[in-house]
Amino acid sequence: MTNSYWLLALLVVPLVGAALVMLVPKANETLAKQLALLISLVTFGLTIAMCLEFVVAKAAEFQFAYSISWVSNYNINFALGVDGIALVLIALSTSLVPIVLLAGWHDADGARGTVRGYVALILVLEAAMVGVFAATDLFLFYVFFEAMLVPVYFLIGRYGGPRRNYAAVKFLLYSLFGGLLMLASLIGLYVVSGNLTGHGTFDFTSLAALSIDPTTQKWLFAGFFIAFAIKAPLVPFHTWLPDAAAESTPGTAVLLVGVLDKVGTFGMLRYCLELFPDASHWATPLVIVLAVIGIIYGALQAIGQTDIKRLIAYTSVSHFGFIALGVFVMTSQGQSGSALYMVNHGFSTAALFLIGGFLISRRGSRLIADFGGVQKVAPVLAGTFLVAGLSSLALPGLSSFVSEFLVLVGTFERYTWVGVVATLGIVLAALYILLMYQRTMTGPVPEAVAEKVHDLRGREVLAIAPLLVVIIALGFYPQPVLDVVNPAVDRVMHAVGSTDPAPQVAPVAEGTHK
Amino acid sequence: MSPFSGAVTHAAEAAPAVTAATGTFQLIWLLIALPLVGAAILLLAGRRTDKWGHWLGLLASTASFVVAVLLFVAMLGQSDDQRTQVQHLFNWIAVGTFDVPVDLRLDQLSMTFVLLITGVGSLIHLYSVGYMSHDRDRRRFFGYLNLFVASMLLLVLADNYLLLYVGWEGVGLASYLLIGFWFFKDSAAVASKKAFVVNRVGDVGLSLAIMLMFVTFGSVSFEGVLGSASKGSQQSMTWIGLALLLAACGKSAQFPLQSWLLDAMEGPTPVSALIHAATMVTAGVYLIVRSGAIFDASLPARNAVIVVGAITLLMGAIIGCAKDDIKKALAGSTMSQIGYMILAAGLGPVGYAFAIFHLLLHGFFKADMFLGAGSVMHGMNDGVNMRRYGALRTVMKVTWITFMMGWLAILGIPPFSGFYSKDKIIEAAWSVSPVAGLVTLVGAGITAFYMTRLFAMTFHGEARWTDDVHPHESPWIMMFPIAILALLSAVAGFILNLNNAFVDWLKPVTGLEEPQLPFSSAVLPIAAIILVLIGAVLAWIPYATRAVPEVAPAGNLLTRAARADLYGDAANEAVFMRPGQYLTRWLVWFDNRVVDGVVNGTAATIGGLSGRARRLQTGFARSYALSMLGGAALVAAALVLVRL
Amino acid sequence: MNPANYIYLSAVLFSLGAFGVLVRRNAIVVFMCVELMLNASNLAFVSFARIHGNLDGQVIAFFVMVVAAAEVVVGLAIIMTIFRTRRSASVDEANLLKY
Repeated sequence: MTNSYWLLALLVVPLVGAALVMLVPKANETLAKQLALLISLVTFGLTIAMCLEFVVAKAAEFQFAYSISWVSNYNINFALGVDGIALVLIALSTSLVPIVLLAGWHDADGARGTVRGYVALILVLEAAMVGVFAATDLFLFYVFFEAMLVPVYFLIGRYGGPRRNYAAVKFLLYSLFGGLLMLASLIGLYVVSGNLTGHGTFDFTSLAALSIDPTTQKWLFAGFFIAFAIKAPLVPFHTWLPDAAAESTPGTAVLLVGVLDKVGTFGMLRYCLELFPDASHWATPLVIVLAVIGIIYGALQAIGQTDIKRLIAYTSVSHFGFIALGVFVMTSQGQSGSALYMVNHGFSTAALFLIGGFLISRRGSRLIADFGGVQKVAPVLAGTFLVAGLSSLALPGLSSFVSEFLVLVGTFERYTWVGVVATLGIVLAALYILLMYQRTMTGPVPEAVAEKVHDLRGREVLAIAPLLVVIIALGFYPQPVLDVVNPAVDRVMHAVGSTDPAPQVAPVAEGTHK
Repeated sequence: MSPFSGAVTHAAEAAPAVTAATGTFQLIWLLIALPLVGAAILLLAGRRTDKWGHWLGLLASTASFVVAVLLFVAMLGQSDDQRTQVQHLFNWIAVGTFDVPVDLRLDQLSMTFVLLITGVGSLIHLYSVGYMSHDRDRRRFFGYLNLFVASMLLLVLADNYLLLYVGWEGVGLASYLLIGFWFFKDSAAVASKKAFVVNRVGDVGLSLAIMLMFVTFGSVSFEGVLGSASKGSQQSMTWIGLALLLAACGKSAQFPLQSWLLDAMEGPTPVSALIHAATMVTAGVYLIVRSGAIFDASLPARNAVIVVGAITLLMGAIIGCAKDDIKKALAGSTMSQIGYMILAAGLGPVGYAFAIFHLLLHGFFKADMFLGAGSVMHGMNDGVNMRRYGALRTVMKVTWITFMMGWLAILGIPPFSGFYSKDKIIEAAWSVSPVAGLVTLVGAGITAFYMTRLFAMTFHGEARWTDDVHPHESPWIMMFPIAILALLSAVAGFILNLNNAFVDWLKPVTGLEEPQLPFSSAVLPIAAIILVLIGAVLAWIPYATRAVPEVAPAGNLLTRAARADLYGDAANEAVFMRPGQYLTRWLVWFDNRVVDGVVNGTAATIGGLSGRARRLQTGFARSYALSMLGGAALVAAALVLVRL
Repeated sequence: MNPANYIYLSAVLFSLGAFGVLVRRNAIVVFMCVELMLNASNLAFVSFARIHGNLDGQVIAFFVMVVAAAEVVVGLAIIMTIFRTRRSASVDEANLLKY
């Protein structure tokens, strides 16, 4: 098999770029930012070109495969490759980075660390994010999974808000704890594969083909699942997220919640389900209960928050409940919906965090109570915030609706009452978004708001506009993404041995009666 | 098994054949695209379009109306079985067997709505050019109006339930934006949010209905669902029907989700006329009539619809009797009239066509009266308190006469419009259940009371204006649309009822059955007219011939309850809002102290233990040496022991 | 002569050294005791080399000597510096590196 260099390029370009950025003199902050933006745009351009090369018909296979031997003693390969799901998530990551850099142009000014350090860390993070989605060797996946923590830890700890140290350490400890369990399972998996086939391997496809004894599966599954549940995060492992998101800069929050956390749900879909099908079925009731609790609990928490960023973080807890639910209901609608939801949630949360960030940096406060009547003084800001919020509450016609509805339909097919309870989440979603909008954007204008809050500037509009365009476009025409995702989901469905339930009444087109 | 004795009847006609749109019918998408483009330009281009934005909005809506008329003419040229035209635009969502295209369906039912929406919509656009002329955000207003028209058209043109859902929430969004148009007023912002959230509760119903349809039929298209509705189990059909009813309750402000409509009057008056009287709030009726096949297959679902319609009919009428705010009185009336339509839709094929007939005529006369109310407010410094009106017939002649047309129409005095549809609904209701029939009859009497009260308080009696008010007639740009609507209120019913033209037009879609009455069909119209006259006289005497107190008297128990919207808000507050607030507050505490507390507690415990442990580091080199020696001895001992 | 006797001697020397490290306060004396322990272990290594008839122990003894020499240089330098600042060579007084 010949190696394809697309994915390697996506890894190397941001890494080399980060090194170049660090060579820029410390005082020349603008140059560092411009260079970083340029590099992220080049990476995004490469991603687009790669997506065009992607063969949709074979989206279930790992394309653009690249593999060289890394640690030959343990049969570890530096192996990359993407299926449909990984492809769209990589596209999400590389498209968000330039937006984050542009929107957060002044985020790092006056922070404890240098500006060039900030943008370089973001580029390093980008490489790690590409790596974690592209890895087809489990050991390599683990390495990237943990490597992501390093830039994020510094991004929060050096460039964050007043309680940044607490938030950064909390984030790190939570993630390391999960990572440790995953490492244990990973080693276990290696040993099991060695016992079953005679030579241990970390290669995903070979591992997925193994039929592991159900009891062993459960233990190995637990290690992976807890790591992913912390990352995603599912209730009750979620409390690091509001702290981390609230204390980091808006840009970091976007990458953290929009992309990093997707590794959790991506991992559930790709690794938990395909590697441990029996254990996944065994754990399904528990996961579904956790997911539904997460949907309702996250939404209720969001309603009760007084801090804009924490509120947005809790909406994500609720949305991750939906994604996890879709993954584990084992229907093609649910899983395709989840995969699409990961993308859509990335864009709509990015818009919410960034616009919320603009608002907060103007007023100098994160408290909802300090705002009011912003629509009067900054109509464009308010309008974009509303669109982002409507996407978050899954208004039909905007992208999140398609994915949320698919998840709900997928759930309802198999677990009627779970579907009903999850559907109640849409009322709560309307409440948390519109309450926040009402309290911040409408009503009389307080003096402090009138003085400090001004409308979006050109750079900010430039950063936000692509997000809103994508949100609307994917709302009306999500099929291209679904076409890429569906074959990969079918592969997962096949691996876990599930098929969609048939309707009670046979469709008319087939002309058969019940 | 049910209080209603009507038998379940299935639509007599088979579902009409579907024709792929060709020729003129390929313009269907333009109906939606025109106002959508208008909205996009007005909302994206911002203040640059301030000067001519309202004309663009009017143009977009009118152009859509012109297309609608073209399509209508083309449809008239087709035979009955060629009139259901479906235009396929593109594939929207396809996962596994869940395959939803973006298809538009134009048949007699949606054609009726399209004409109503674009026609009345364009008139109200024109009216708004005058009504909103002093508002510096007039362009934004027209942007929202265009958005509404586009969404509403999508709602009625969609060929499957999921696409209908897009329009369904789209109109909800437009309604949210327009109720909160004057967002700098807290009351408007709160009312708009309330409207959206209550509507969302209804939307849960629609979501569940769609999911149930997919699970039951493997399809969400009208053809796939309605075509096999008779094959589904009774239980499934009942659940789908109830879920659809919940959706209809939210959008059409029916009991128990009625509370948002009265607050929605915070929006500018043209909005109340277009969205909260003529079109959007009637979407629930459309949904039920469109889904007739499902209700035909389930008697319990149908009975639930009748009960909801009947309760709301009476509630709205009672609330309407007690309100002094002209817009809220009209809003109560809207609730009540939609109650009529919902009730009619619950009657089955005897009622479907008349529900739509009443909906259309109500669209004319209620829009006429709302715009008339706007004209009155325009002349009265935006005052809405009818106790401060009176004797306006002297200074606002045109408004008075046009309003009178609407008044006579809603009363159901022949030959004005309301008579033809309401009378048929009463007749159909009697044929299904005497209880429902009685409710509709009594409702007609109460309607006469509150509408006459409103009319008399506003235009007759003595002038009770405050000194700073100088009532005057509104400009032609506002009066012209009112005049047209007044004309329609006066004659549309009569014309459309000639040879049963309207009902025959709808029949292929909705089906039709003649109501079977145990007595002569002449009894009901006469009884209705007598009740209406009694109601009207009862209101006329105190409000037109005697002095109306400028401060409302305390009133009896019922009046006070009606003023408080029959405690709908109080109930919501006590049952949902307060407990909800406590719950979220408690949960935030729980999350911070308990869930996070466990984590932080673990961290603190480890920190405390290590704080103790580090005391071992005394700094004395010799004690370290001792512990090293001890450790080495232990290791050595262990080695020796293991060896043994 | 029984090679085991060398081992016993080594053990005695090592114990003496360890005892000295634990009870004496003067840094120089402690240092000397450490040297004593090192040389005791050297003796043991060489004896084992003799007993087992290979050169491994002797090689390690040379390593230990080299390390000991390096340690003497660094250790004495530290003691000198501490003595200069504190005018004392007591190990108990240099106790700031704690907790």
